Amino acid sequence: MSINWFKYSSPATFYPLAGKMVPFFGWLAAILMAGGLYWGFFETPDRLSDQKEYYRIIYIHVGAAWMSMWLYIVMAAWALAGLVFQTRLSFMIAKAIAPTGAIATFLALWTGAFWGKTSWGTWWDWDPRMTSELILLFLYMGYMALQSAIDDPRRADRAAALLALVGLVCVPIIFWSINCPDPNECAALHQTSNPGGGNMEPNILIAMLVTAFAFWMYSFAAILMRVRNIILERERHTTWVNELLEEKG
Amino acid sequence: MKPRQKRIVFAIIAVIAIGVAAKLIIASIDAGSSYFYSPKKVLAGEAPTDQVFRIGGLVKVGSIQRIGKTLTVEFIVTDDAAAEITTHYTGILPDLFKEGQGVVAKGRLREDGVFIAEEVLAKHDEKYLAPEVKEALEEAHNEATNKKEYAQ
Repeated sequence: MSINWFKYSSPATFYPLAGKMVPFFGWLAAILMAGGLYWGFFETPDRLSDQKEYYRIIYIHVGAAWMSMWLYIVMAAWALAGLVFQTRLSFMIAKAIAPTGAIATFLALWTGAFWGKTSWGTWWDWDPRMTSELILLFLYMGYMALQSAIDDPRRADRAAALLALVGLVCVPIIFWSINCPDPNECAALHQTSNPGGGNMEPNILIAMLVTAFAFWMYSFAAILMRVRNIILERERHTTWVNELLEEKG
Repeated sequence: MKPRQKRIVFAIIAVIAIGVAAKLIIASIDAGSSYFYSPKKVLAGEAPTDQVFRIGGLVKVGSIQRIGKTLTVEFIVTDDAAAEITTHYTGILPDLFKEGQGVVAKGRLREDGVFIAEEVLAKHDEKYLAPEVKEALEEAHNEATNKKEYAQ
């Protein structure tokens, strides 16, 4: 028996598969988010050793920040796959990821500003972590701008894919900006991240991980919905799309 | 080589090049100007004293005092090397500011060695623990280290 590894790399077969997956991920995201936020608000301490209630921004902030970096890696990976295998669908997925990634980055910066104002005493500072995250937002926006600036989709895809690949350099910088081995070397305002090091109340950790997972599920649902739109738009001249349209009336 | 193989080789080279670039950028950030300087580095003359820069460290316990009836607060920023810099700040301090707290202050070094801050920010740690849990953990840690010292 031979497996056809590229079966779902065709837009025509991926379109219905994506349609089936959207409600699954969407509902999972809603349930996990509601559960995680409930746990985060009602089963956790009201104040920490140095922070007050506002530390609860962590349930949105960390999930959004993780997604902003992960989605960029995934987007660049699909762009690379598109360049190597020249599959149309890879570029479409990369294109669909960019807006969700940009939203996650914006959300991380926005919630970070609120948290920063209450704890550090400032909305914004040119700290290495914040600056590199801001550059990531510009990369997402640059990708989308370049993609839509070129009329020919094939050329637009390749140009934007190259930009996504070059911009990949930003992700390890964001990570290392606060997580370098010697704390004196990477002086930053932002605290280091070490969720597994026994520095977190288990209930806070659980709520944070659940909401972060909800962000993943939301991203899958939103990206798959957007891929379906891109497929329909780009394949509108093919027979299968026209047949689909006739079926739906 | 087939075109696809060529593209795969291109992809591998591209990813390696990006990795090397990231490594170089991180290395240059580490070696270059820091976001803030510890009191030890400032006293060693490593900070750019001719311009505005940031110092970072802990507020020394028992060092916070108000100067006369003004809004100016004086405190000492210290670090693990026990280097100390007296700092003056006029304005509203952040909520988290207290003795023993991590701070980042932006300003200039006056000729007499007093740091005149125009902005003071409080740092907080990555510990998300209830106050009583943190105390219990610290107590346990102290007991363990005391025992170790006792055994030696």
